[in-house]
Amino acid sequence: MAECGASGSGSSGDSLDKSITLPPDEIFRNLENAKRFAIDIGGSLTKLAYYSTVQHKVARVRSFDYSGKDAEQDHEPPYEISVQEEVTARLHFVKFENTYIEACLDFIKDHLVNTDTKVIQATGGGAYKFKDLIEEKLRLRVDKEDVMTCLIKGCNFVLKNIPHEAFVYQKDSDPEFRFQTNHPNIFPYLLVNIGSGVSIVKVETEDRFEWIGGSSIGGGTFWGLGALLTKTKKFDELLHLASKGQHTNVDMLVQDIYGGAHQTLGLSGNLIASSFGKSATADRDFSKEDMAKSLLHMISNDIGQLACLYAKLHCLDRVYFGGFFIRGHPVTMRTITYSINFFSKGEVQALFLRHEGYLGAIGAFLKGAEQDNPNQYSWGENYAGSSGLMSSSPELCPTQRARSGTFDLLEMDRLERPLVNLPLLLDPSSYVPDTVDLTDDALARKYWLTCFEEALDGVVKRAVASQPGSVDATERAEKFRQKYWSKLQTLRHQPFAYGTLTVRSLLDTREHCLNEFNFPDPYSKVKQKENGVALKCFPRVIRGLDALGWEDRQLALVKGLLAGNVFDWGAKAVSDVLESDPQFGFEEAKMKLQERPWLVDSYSKWLQRLKGPPHKCALIFADNSGIDVILGVFPFVRELLSRGTEVILACNSGPALNDVTYCESLIVAERIAAMDPVVHSALREERLLLMQTGSSSPCLDLSRLDKGLAVLVRERGADLVVIEGMGRAVHTNYHAALRCESLKLAVIKNSWLAERLGGRLFSVIFKYEVPAE
Amino acid sequence: MLKLVGGGGGQHWACSVAGTGLGGKEAAFEVARPRYQEEAGCRGHGWGSAGISDSAPGAGMLPAGAAGRARGGQSAEERGEPVGEGEERRARHPPAPALRLLNRKPQGGSGEIKTPENDLQRGRLSRGPRAAAPAPGMGDRGGRPEHSATHAPGAPADAGAAAVNGLLHNGFHPPPVQPPRLCSRGPAGGGDAAPPRLPLLPELQPQPPPPQHDSPAKKCRLRRRMDSGRKNRPPFPWFGMDIGGTLVKLVYFEPKDITAEEEQEEVENLKSIRKYLTSNTAYGKTGIRDVHLELKNLTMCGRKGNLHFIRFPSCAMHRFIQMGSEKNFSSLHTTLCATGGGAFKFEKDFRMIADLQLHKLDELDCLIQGLLYVDSVGFNGKPECYYFENPTNPELCQKKPYCLDNPYPMLLVNMGSGVSILAVYSKDNYKRVTGTSLGGGTFLGLCCLLTGCETFEEALEMAAKGDSTNVDKLVKDIYGGDYERFGLQGSAVASSFGNMMSKEKRDSISKEDLARATLVTITNNIGSIARMCALNENIDRVVFVGNFLRINMVSMKLLAYAMDFWSKGQLKALFLEHEGYFGAVGALLELFKMTDDQ
Repeated sequence: MAECGASGSGSSGDSLDKSITLPPDEIFRNLENAKRFAIDIGGSLTKLAYYSTVQHKVARVRSFDYSGKDAEQDHEPPYEISVQEEVTARLHFVKFENTYIEACLDFIKDHLVNTDTKVIQATGGGAYKFKDLIEEKLRLRVDKEDVMTCLIKGCNFVLKNIPHEAFVYQKDSDPEFRFQTNHPNIFPYLLVNIGSGVSIVKVETEDRFEWIGGSSIGGGTFWGLGALLTKTKKFDELLHLASKGQHTNVDMLVQDIYGGAHQTLGLSGNLIASSFGKSATADRDFSKEDMAKSLLHMISNDIGQLACLYAKLHCLDRVYFGGFFIRGHPVTMRTITYSINFFSKGEVQALFLRHEGYLGAIGAFLKGAEQDNPNQYSWGENYAGSSGLMSSSPELCPTQRARSGTFDLLEMDRLERPLVNLPLLLDPSSYVPDTVDLTDDALARKYWLTCFEEALDGVVKRAVASQPGSVDATERAEKFRQKYWSKLQTLRHQPFAYGTLTVRSLLDTREHCLNEFNFPDPYSKVKQKENGVALKCFPRVIRGLDALGWEDRQLALVKGLLAGNVFDWGAKAVSDVLESDPQFGFEEAKMKLQERPWLVDSYSKWLQRLKGPPHKCALIFADNSGIDVILGVFPFVRELLSRGTEVILACNSGPALNDVTYCESLIVAERIAAMDPVVHSALREERLLLMQTGSSSPCLDLSRLDKGLAVLVRERGADLVVIEGMGRAVHTNYHAALRCESLKLAVIKNSWLAERLGGRLFSVIFKYEVPAE
Repeated sequence: MLKLVGGGGGQHWACSVAGTGLGGKEAAFEVARPRYQEEAGCRGHGWGSAGISDSAPGAGMLPAGAAGRARGGQSAEERGEPVGEGEERRARHPPAPALRLLNRKPQGGSGEIKTPENDLQRGRLSRGPRAAAPAPGMGDRGGRPEHSATHAPGAPADAGAAAVNGLLHNGFHPPPVQPPRLCSRGPAGGGDAAPPRLPLLPELQPQPPPPQHDSPAKKCRLRRRMDSGRKNRPPFPWFGMDIGGTLVKLVYFEPKDITAEEEQEEVENLKSIRKYLTSNTAYGKTGIRDVHLELKNLTMCGRKGNLHFIRFPSCAMHRFIQMGSEKNFSSLHTTLCATGGGAFKFEKDFRMIADLQLHKLDELDCLIQGLLYVDSVGFNGKPECYYFENPTNPELCQKKPYCLDNPYPMLLVNMGSGVSILAVYSKDNYKRVTGTSLGGGTFLGLCCLLTGCETFEEALEMAAKGDSTNVDKLVKDIYGGDYERFGLQGSAVASSFGNMMSKEKRDSISKEDLARATLVTITNNIGSIARMCALNENIDRVVFVGNFLRINMVSMKLLAYAMDFWSKGQLKALFLEHEGYFGAVGALLELFKMTDDQ
């Protein structure tokens, strides 16, 4: 995506000046803090990996000392916010053509300041060739790493850390990419790496893999032989030629020999009997396109056949393809897929990887970073800094697609805590967090992209407003706008760029982009205010609830939960009223709610359940700050606690919109405890536990949760999961099947979505589910 | 060739002839003529009503053809006097294995056996019964999922089977001993006088023919057979044919025990064929007899003689058929045992141009039967099968005889234009494991494109002089030496043609090197697939056959090396002297078998 300055998009690599100017805020970012380099030099592309620390502003909340004070009296905010610098770790991967290697090395050398790095891990065929150049330019010692070891390490890494990393390619379906849910156990699998030649590796565990075979007929054959036959020099141009050719002019088909199909063997007349079988004649000329096509089929079919033979011999059905021959090229993915289907009779699926090109560099990096134990962390793809998959249509713009003169980026943030599956998922391998696949659903995609575009102005304003003291806030906010806008445009044309497109990924991308321009928490002030206001209302709400009879109280609690959920950052009309008369606002919100029966209404079942024995332990995923968590969730929690149910309240680790963060929840709980003995004793006795989810998303991926939370859930034997809010219970997890009882609540605050679900604005989802015995 | 769609009978006639006339192509007329004649004949018998209108223009036009006179006359004669061909047709039907029934049923039901080509051509719409019959060999199997695929892998050229030979694959047709003047009139009408040999289901029988009388042709054939007194033996000449994607393989049995009486009775045609084939080693520009392969003093079907091995390019097939027509081959022997894809592709032409009925045979059956037979008779006292001792040591590597007496199970790799791989468990228990489209055709095709050569010999000659390591990228080119992590030697090929990614290297490469690299690439790939199949099928003997190996020591040694090296000595590569001819031999054996079955 990030094009190098001098190149200009349309020109091909040949004409490019080697002395390019690199825009440092786009490529090789955060070089000044870079340490630990790795480089993977392939036949045509270089992949550079480095580890860097990124300084981010973060909003920290800190509790005042309230002991002895009456919270009701003062008008001060409930806690203070300070913006601090935080250092997070990030992996940067940059991919560029070998042509630029010298320029890039110079650039790195010039920008590398604070590093005590002495070594660079190198892998790939070209590592040998460029060893001296690297050592001379960077003055780093080149440590060569085994290519295949790196590749496998990289492959394991992306399969474990990047959701939707693997996909199947289906040429004539829409979308062409079918992303795969990450299987909790990625092993064993077969990796077929199609570089110059082909390597077939069986991977059994993190550290155990075996080269089980290979073939010399690979990408180099296509390129070399193709160049000889067509006088076309570039690999991408060859592919382009191939996409236009007719192989039947060059290949001898079954029907050329039989006059038709081969009946007893059931071979269709269209099958290739002999590749290039028709070219054994001197009296005909063959077009470049036709020869390239024939060559492509010959090689793809051959590789597919061998891969199937090896898969069969080793009883493996997951086969990942990588290497520059594949590298996201729809033409080769198509022929390989076809071949695999043909030879395996559908038993083996050809899987491709979004970050296939980076595997070697990732692996080499991991190899060098072994003492840091990068595998103990979880990592997340940073959508702001990563280029994503390129277009799938070579016909549209072949030269651009070829990425000549472009730099492709992948950035991965180290997450503070390792992420694991929620132990309560019914079937982790089939769990899909997202309710609607926007890659699949064009109508919904169009709506949501437009929706996010339209909301962009407001987000920008909010971002600027959140940092009144900052001189460059407007400028940064404008950069944010451009970045996110261009992401949205990319996604319009390439919905598959970052895996399955979902509302969640759109929200997450926005968060990443905001972070990128140092707007870590644009809603911190709003949340602070809302929390303050809501805290003040808490005792009154509790008194009101306690005055009700048991059955009325249960309904009021649920309504409170739902009403609180109306207070989304986007519900502007509501928050305006809130400022003048908060309590009225909360009541008004309750009025706004759809009357029962709700759009999805299993309240009676829930009530019935409440008449039974208490739950052992409830896991509650909270949504918004302010009224939602304080006046909606906490009273509900309090009731559960009173029933003798333990409660784990899980909040986001990092900020996202006006969602309550873990840190905020600690303060809020502390303040509530000061007012309410039930909560107070529960906190003290650890019957109420505040935990973080490990996420910074407005949505919820139950397959990537904080490990500590997962452990606690298991320890406490949680038998009820409550998921609240549109982002967590509708956009995601609406269909999530759990092994225990679950309650999914949300108010639909988007009329389009409400309509789609068959209801109206402020329709209520109350979904209480009990797993089948 | 016949471009015009005929509506009704008469119209059709006009169209056909007009079409050929206008087309101006040499062959076109030739094709048209026998078809005309045949149709005329058939209609005369099968659809009497249509025959009359047809016959008039037909008879008038025919003499225009080069060899048309006799045939024209014959057609006319037959139309005038329908012979008892109904029964004879029955006789020509082959044994009816289950597979074949499906194919034959619609055709048999139509009661006419001479005109499947009509179905292949346009005339079908105008003729109810024939329209219903699927064109043999042309019908697409609807079940193929990749029906519309623009590309499709791995169906080898010579993978084959011939269950489609539903109609008309007569076992043999005793040539008449009478002067051809009379006899030659028979075949066009299908009046071959072989008695019914095989029980056929009644519903599959052709419709009862019109009243018949013994034609002179039939009489002469009957006499001939009685004269010879060799009921279980097909009449000469004995041919077996394998029409592949690139090469046609023909085996011819030359009887050496011909008695004086026989010699005297031998018709001119037969004699001239025998003399022509045995006294020449090259035929036309491209036909070649592999004299060194000749099997001498062979007893086949009770006769002693020599088996000759002849080949010519498949593109010469039309010339060959033409020759068959000109030499009036049909007067001797109206069916020919043929296998390979061409048996299907050219069936129509054989029938229409040369008036010859092909007995189409499954090519994999033929391959296996032929192979077992040749191995069993040996190569003139020497063993047929051999292997290479010390395959991994170029200095000590040498050809050694191998006894294939107990060959099962074996993996049979047939390398023609494409490659078929069979797992053979017994004489008639085998399965096709897989195939690859990277075969001999690919080698030659690529060589032609890369070097401008024109023949296999030329390509191999160049390859023999070349060095593939200039073209291929070796492991050591990438890693500077062995790739120890995976136990790969530095000398192993990492990427075939990998060095050709560099323009400088492309500019300086020799044609010989390119030819060699092509050969090595294709050979290694076949070896690799064969080895994987052997592992998957748990078979340790791999027999390589097919004409890709003809005069191709480089490939044989490479295969021997690859099998041994990659399997750590577990797999053995075996080769056979008559590498490419087994299909044709198998076809010839079918000729005898049909007689035996009787």
